Amino acid sequence: MSAEADKLKTDILAAIAAAEDAAALEAVRVGALGKKGTVSALLKTLGGMSAEERQTNGPLFNALRDAVSEAIAEKKTTIDAAALNARLAEETLDMTLPVATDPQFEGRIHPVSQVMEEIAAIFADMGFDVAEGPDIESGFYNFTALNIPEAHPARQMHDTFYLNAEEDGEALLLRTHTSPVQVRTMQNGQADNSGPPFRFIAPGRTYRCDSDQTHTPMFHQVEGLVVDETTHMGHLKYTLEAFLAAFFEVSDISIRFRPSYFPFTEPSMEIDMPCRRDGDRLIVGEGDDWMEIGGSGMVNPHVLRHACIDADKYQGFAFGMGIDRLAMLKYGAPDLRAFFEADLRWLKHYGFLPIDVPGLAGGLSNKSLAGKPGTGQ
Amino acid sequence: MKFTLSWLHDHLDTEAALEEIVERLTLIGLEVEALSDPAETFANFEVAEIIATEPHPEADRLQICTVKSGGGEQKLVCGAPNARAGLIGILAQQGAVIPSNGMVLGKAKIRGVTSNGMMCSGAELGLSDDHDGIIELQDAPKIGTPAAEALGLADPMIEIGITPNRPDCLGVRGIARDLAASGLGTLKDDKAAPIKADKKAGPAIAVDSDACPVFAGCYIEGVTNAPSPAWLQARLKAIGLNPINALVDITNYISYDRGRPLHVYDADKLSGTVRARAAEKGESFVALDDATYELTPNDCVIADDKGVLGLGGIMGGLASGSTLETKNVLVESAWFDPVSIALSGRHHNIESDARYRFERGVDPASVESGLNLAVQMIVEICGGTVHAPQIGGAVPESDKIVSFAPARVQQLTGLDIAESEMQAVLEKLGFGVTTGKSWRISVPSWRPDIDADTNGADIVEEIVRIHGLDEVPATPLPQRDGVAKPTLTLAQRRAALMRRALAARGLIEAVTWSFISAAQAKAFHVAEGLQLANPISSELSHMRPSLLPGLMAAAARNRDRGAQSINLFELGHEFKAATPGAQRFAAAGLRAGLAAPKNWRGAAHNVDAYQARADAEAALAACGVATDGLQVLPIPEDSGIDWYHPGRSGVLARNPREPMAVFGELHPALLKQFDIDVAAAAFEVWPDAVPAPKDNSAIARAALALSNLQSLSRDFAFEVAGDTKAADMVRAAQAADKKLISQVRVFDVFAGGNLPDGMKSVALEVTLQPRDKTLTDAEIEAVAENVTANVEKATGGKLRG
Repeated sequence: MSAEADKLKTDILAAIAAAEDAAALEAVRVGALGKKGTVSALLKTLGGMSAEERQTNGPLFNALRDAVSEAIAEKKTTIDAAALNARLAEETLDMTLPVATDPQFEGRIHPVSQVMEEIAAIFADMGFDVAEGPDIESGFYNFTALNIPEAHPARQMHDTFYLNAEEDGEALLLRTHTSPVQVRTMQNGQADNSGPPFRFIAPGRTYRCDSDQTHTPMFHQVEGLVVDETTHMGHLKYTLEAFLAAFFEVSDISIRFRPSYFPFTEPSMEIDMPCRRDGDRLIVGEGDDWMEIGGSGMVNPHVLRHACIDADKYQGFAFGMGIDRLAMLKYGAPDLRAFFEADLRWLKHYGFLPIDVPGLAGGLSNKSLAGKPGTGQ
Repeated sequence: MKFTLSWLHDHLDTEAALEEIVERLTLIGLEVEALSDPAETFANFEVAEIIATEPHPEADRLQICTVKSGGGEQKLVCGAPNARAGLIGILAQQGAVIPSNGMVLGKAKIRGVTSNGMMCSGAELGLSDDHDGIIELQDAPKIGTPAAEALGLADPMIEIGITPNRPDCLGVRGIARDLAASGLGTLKDDKAAPIKADKKAGPAIAVDSDACPVFAGCYIEGVTNAPSPAWLQARLKAIGLNPINALVDITNYISYDRGRPLHVYDADKLSGTVRARAAEKGESFVALDDATYELTPNDCVIADDKGVLGLGGIMGGLASGSTLETKNVLVESAWFDPVSIALSGRHHNIESDARYRFERGVDPASVESGLNLAVQMIVEICGGTVHAPQIGGAVPESDKIVSFAPARVQQLTGLDIAESEMQAVLEKLGFGVTTGKSWRISVPSWRPDIDADTNGADIVEEIVRIHGLDEVPATPLPQRDGVAKPTLTLAQRRAALMRRALAARGLIEAVTWSFISAAQAKAFHVAEGLQLANPISSELSHMRPSLLPGLMAAAARNRDRGAQSINLFELGHEFKAATPGAQRFAAAGLRAGLAAPKNWRGAAHNVDAYQARADAEAALAACGVATDGLQVLPIPEDSGIDWYHPGRSGVLARNPREPMAVFGELHPALLKQFDIDVAAAAFEVWPDAVPAPKDNSAIARAALALSNLQSLSRDFAFEVAGDTKAADMVRAAQAADKKLISQVRVFDVFAGGNLPDGMKSVALEVTLQPRDKTLTDAEIEAVAENVTANVEKATGGKLRG
């Protein structure tokens, strides 16, 4: 009997191996293990055998059945896998189609906003608050309180926009600089006992009726003011050098103070920063040329008095810089007028990704994000 | 303020090179804005002689000239008709930059003949308009002489920007004094001698105006006016002034030499007393600029018995001015009040060298010295007999004493400067110094800017600007202890978060002008008084009452450039009234055209009000608003906001009286006005309407109660009237079982099909979250029935079968 079982096993295994698909395999299975299958028939013969024969053939036939079942299962796995692979081979998609189909990835932050955040981050680290003041100002805050009386020639330097409206008999105007915020903030500090001492920056929009490639009727300035009992020009120098080095992300910058004149500071100095040109590229912080970057000085005691601060006890420094210009210098946008034209092409090119949040821990600018769109379009 | 190096040398005895002088000027606060050094401009130009000419083989009009220069002989091609052997002119060598066009001269072949260098015309050298031929130098200068020297242009011109506090440096002598104080030479003695004459003559002089406290005049008889001498003309030309005639040139010269404006009258055209007085209403005069000015009593004029001669300290009159025929003159040296001059000059909009100086403050002591110098020069140049000067009024008191503690220098600047140096600097600048515990410092008459009332800061500035600021010790500000505290206000922090939130939604931040056109302002109901009196253009004439007009105008411009999708936002102030502080911070955004660029995933569709609302909600969420608790209400009629489509817009609010945001499709009429030819939806968000978090609100979150039981959801579709609000249906469904229903979502809305006209189908998915135990079918059925009943009751609609 064992020869018959061996033959049967050989035949069935051959049939399994030859089965090309699930149906053929099923036919083999039914032919072998089905009710009328050859293996089933063989197993049935055990019933008519003697105990001795059964003892010999039982394990033999059961082993045959198990081997066949196993071979079928194995083959089934192979056939299924092949069928799946065949199906998957049919199911391809063009994976190169564009994925950025909604404009979500176009979002950008304007360079002026980005730079304002950078400035605020640096000065926050040096303990400066951020103060604000109104765009529409009175002559008092924009001029008189800053030691620029009516008829002072310095008023003419300011190309002031006036409104068709008055307050206390004086035409209202658009602030020509952020310096009025000095006086307002110091007055408020006196009123609510939050100072002196004062240490704040005041960024914002400023206005002058002037327009060419480097002047726009609206622009942005940042003012800085520190008033305490012993604050002196050396503190100003350190603060500006620390700021400029951090802002331009260079190891250090030695500024030059150049004597100048602003009615609201005494002494007054322009701030010059070293720079050089490397082809078309401007390199700041080093080199033999100087670039004017802002104005500064020790707060004129008249300004302190207008702000109701005891000028015999307190002194301090103030400075002002153009934010747009800082942005142009750092990020290389050549034409100031383009800042305010809201041309989508310009904004996408010079703007910043919303995830590009400036901070001191990770560095202010993120060169790996610079100028790159959010996703491959 | 322009001057030349030789002019400076008139007042300053110095060996310093030009470069050193220029650098020092800037370092002491007299910023050099421009420098033209003819020696540099004409670096590759020299005197040369044409020693032979021959015709050009290829061109009739050209000659081949053999030219002898300092370096030998060379041949060049020249087309000038006057080119001939024996002519001595200016040769530009290779590498020369031609002043008229900035071209760099190289070796050239002209019609096949190599030309080495170029003989120049006056026009090419930028010296004249003479194009007709090459320059012919008279007096036969030595061959090879540098051109600048041969042309008498060796004097470098320096232009400095004088800050308004330094009228003394509007004269070369003042500049020289500052340089001398800084150690760059010595100030030469003043050369003007007092006028020696006994007999008084000429018109009587009187002052009758606070604006002109002193008027000195000197009558000179029998002058010969003519073009001024070459040296004087050269100086005036070098600083860009046109020589006119000797009398006028002398006054202009002294104006720049001493910062002392003067005026010369043709005395024969005067009648009676010359008087400084206030103008009378209705008076007018024709000024030297040929314009007629209508005067007011605020103007101080110089007048004679017949009428106004000139606007004092600003501009003289045409009728009484000196001409080449003038024989007898009255020289005026007066002093005018700076404020009066500033107001008058501004009123009449006259810019003149005199006004520029008087409104900054002319040295009162120069009334006399200036007159002396003028008379001396007139006599030297024009001859004449001088009569004794007459003075009306008195020179205003200019003695100013400042008390000064030398320690202030270190206190204000951190610089350690020896007291002896401080004293020396001040004295060289003309200050009188009496040292002691507190110094007594007398201020020179030419320094009206020195303020005695600044705790010595003005004196400190004088000392340190001359000493130099290089050594100011960079000193860190005292650090606050611990980790830096947050410095942004709540509003500032919200602004920063809104900006990032909106950009993350694909909006692009713009910064547009704070001013807009009158028509745009009107469409947005600008308040009274927000109009600029002096706008830079009619497009930028009104302060914006909303951020939208700026964004809409930007959208239109971008459309013109072919943009299909516009997605802009801006953060900034809206101006509500013409008063400081009446400005409100807002975030606004505008989407126009296609919601997304045409793409393969589906049909392109236009932006709509729902996108705008989602943007507004994102901005509010950045301000800390739980947006699912907001009501969406129609824009209140009394809000004044009428720039949205009335049926496709709304406000977002907790309290209907105080909307936090408004959104919607923009009104078609407005789109037309702004030339926007595509659909547009916008929003405006006012973060100040969002209440600040309470000071005691916890940072930690509330405990989270999660159920282990599975949630389940049921869908309901209702047929309701077309104007039924989805929010009302959601609220009604939610109310069916506040405990069990965790969420209600609208997932389908449609009208048409087999629905009756005016009806729509709204499908809700209601999620139940069991808390204590699994729900039985009966319990679920009960909730479902409640949902149906509630929604039907609230809307009058019915559950669809």
